[in-house]
Amino acid sequence: MYDNPNLERKVAQNETKISARNVQVFYGDSQAIKDVNIEIEARTVTAFIGPSGCGKSTFLRCLNRMNDTIDICRVEGEINLDGENIYDKRVDPVQLRAKVGMVFQKPNPFPKSIYDNIAYGPRIHGLAKNKADLDEIVEKALRRGAIWNEVKDRLHAPGTGLSGGQQQRLCIARAVATEPEVLLMDEPCSALDPIATSQVEELIDELREQYAVVIVTHSMQQAARVSQKTAFFHLGNLVEYGDTGQIFTNPKDPRTESYITGRIG
Amino acid sequence: MTDATANTPKHGTSLYTESPRVKKRNAAERRFQIYGIAAVATGLVFLIVLLTSILSNGVGAFQQTFVNVPIYLDAAKLDKKGERNIEDIKKVSTFGYQPLIDDALFAIVEENVSPNPLAKPKDTKALISASAVAQLRDYVIAHPEKIGETVDFRLLGSSRVDGYIKGRVTRESIARDKNINAEHLDIVDVLREKGVVKREFNMAFITGADASESRPEQAGMGVSMLGSLFMMIVVLVLSLPIGVAASIYLEEFAPQNKWTDLIEVNISNLAAVPSIVFGILGLAVFIQFAGLPQSAPLVGGLVLTLMTLPTIIISTRAALKAVPPSIRDAALGLGASKMQSVFHHVLPLAMPGILTGTIIGLAQALGETAPLLLIGMVGYIASNYPTGPLAGFMDPNSAMPAQIYEWAKRADPAYYERAWGGIIILLLFLITMNIIAIILRRRFERRW
Repeated sequence: MYDNPNLERKVAQNETKISARNVQVFYGDSQAIKDVNIEIEARTVTAFIGPSGCGKSTFLRCLNRMNDTIDICRVEGEINLDGENIYDKRVDPVQLRAKVGMVFQKPNPFPKSIYDNIAYGPRIHGLAKNKADLDEIVEKALRRGAIWNEVKDRLHAPGTGLSGGQQQRLCIARAVATEPEVLLMDEPCSALDPIATSQVEELIDELREQYAVVIVTHSMQQAARVSQKTAFFHLGNLVEYGDTGQIFTNPKDPRTESYITGRIG
Repeated sequence: MTDATANTPKHGTSLYTESPRVKKRNAAERRFQIYGIAAVATGLVFLIVLLTSILSNGVGAFQQTFVNVPIYLDAAKLDKKGERNIEDIKKVSTFGYQPLIDDALFAIVEENVSPNPLAKPKDTKALISASAVAQLRDYVIAHPEKIGETVDFRLLGSSRVDGYIKGRVTRESIARDKNINAEHLDIVDVLREKGVVKREFNMAFITGADASESRPEQAGMGVSMLGSLFMMIVVLVLSLPIGVAASIYLEEFAPQNKWTDLIEVNISNLAAVPSIVFGILGLAVFIQFAGLPQSAPLVGGLVLTLMTLPTIIISTRAALKAVPPSIRDAALGLGASKMQSVFHHVLPLAMPGILTGTIIGLAQALGETAPLLLIGMVGYIASNYPTGPLAGFMDPNSAMPAQIYEWAKRADPAYYERAWGGIIILLLFLITMNIIAIILRRRFERRW
């Protein structure tokens, strides 16, 4: 029994990376997230699905405290990353964001060269001792972002000159260059065509080997394709959370079922 | 509704004829376009009228009438002891030089005009600028060895002669003028043909200092240009860092609350405050309270800084706002601090807008006159160059627009021409600054 590799893998996958306890988010007086509890596992792709305005992006942005940049936003409850509450007073969000990287809905490369785009994170965090080190980090990140072959000959061309799909993979490469432990993706494929989408999805699947990936998506097919765990949000509530297969084939909550079958949303 | 009508076309409606509604709509559009073109054309006409009147009135100021006279530097008058001792030579005041010029000029008249209408050498005085004696004396002090020789001088003609050559002064207009009479004009006519009196480009108008009311032919913009330059240095050094720092704080760091709203409203209000109010504020605060010297470019620069700050803050904030928030998110998402995201990404992208705003603000400040009236930078005759950078900031001076105002105010019509000429110089500076602003914007604008 003990040398069954499948079992070992299963145990490893169940290691909790992020756990949220009674998280509530308010924008001014209106409550965007109501009492969310969730355990996000390491080396797993977790998908957040739900209709527009259900709070899935808001909750995602709580995980690296990007909501701090919104003045009227207030977060209550506890979110633990490896057992440490990221909303503790002692936590500097800057340090947190180095551990929890983020990829945004719209590709947003800096209007600088491809090389500088990738090198920016390692530079500000002091990850490279010298130029050769930095070159290596950039190459590794671009390879991991599955874009190395397309850009290796023009590292000093502006990142904004790439196509939309390439830009998004550049942004993913940029996010992994800082060696994060968790990668948050906010609808990373919504601005991409089907071919670029499938490339990014393949990439997400590869990234799972090293990171906990949390992806917000509007496409249920995408959630079914890339994720192992799925959370369904509705009106600020976490309605259902479980294995992706179970959510899509055998949802427990009637609301989940209605959403998946297209009756609400 | 539209679908229903489209599906059942009425009889007689063809796509080749305009329906009454479409006709009306098209007519309205044409009318609007005509209004627009008319408005643009009116603006252009005014611009052309303005520019032609400035040029036609002001170009004359760049030329001046000169009289070329060989003058015998008489040792008996300039150095009585004959020792060529510079101290002795300096003892001879400008009055001592007047007869030399008079005699030389009288001789030329005698030679060229017959019969000579002038009774005595002194009568030639009306032809030559009162500044000529000083020019002669400066030359002799610089070259004492030339005493006893005959030297060719290029002397400024008097403003009446200059006006006659340029057509401003006519025989009718001098009927009651005590400074010059018709005989003098006859002489000028003859000497002009002989090439003794010449109208030439006058560099001194651009580089020279202001002159007294009676010597418009000698006045120049140079010293007031320096005054403007020193003021602009003060404005740039103070308003750019203060304005940009204030904007970055307000735009990127300050919380959105009642206080920042209040500050925002007040900055917008400050931009609309009449400039004379800043002048009186400067007088009260910088001169009367802080005890800074009157008429100094430093004070002028401080006052203009107050005026320029709102312009720079407003344009900088607009430039910062125009940077897409996704760039900030990208930097923050990578673990950059707020300050790093601003200084590494937002500010470089906003730079062209900031620079443009700064140059426009400086150009505004350069042309500002009203506040200078109140701090005494006008009415002062800036007749000397500042002796050094510190003196440039602290010594009384004027500024270009104030100099123009001063000239326009003076009685002699010769000064009127110089005021227009000054406007041409000022406009050239402003146009240059605006062109630089446009080039910077084009050059550094980045798209994403």
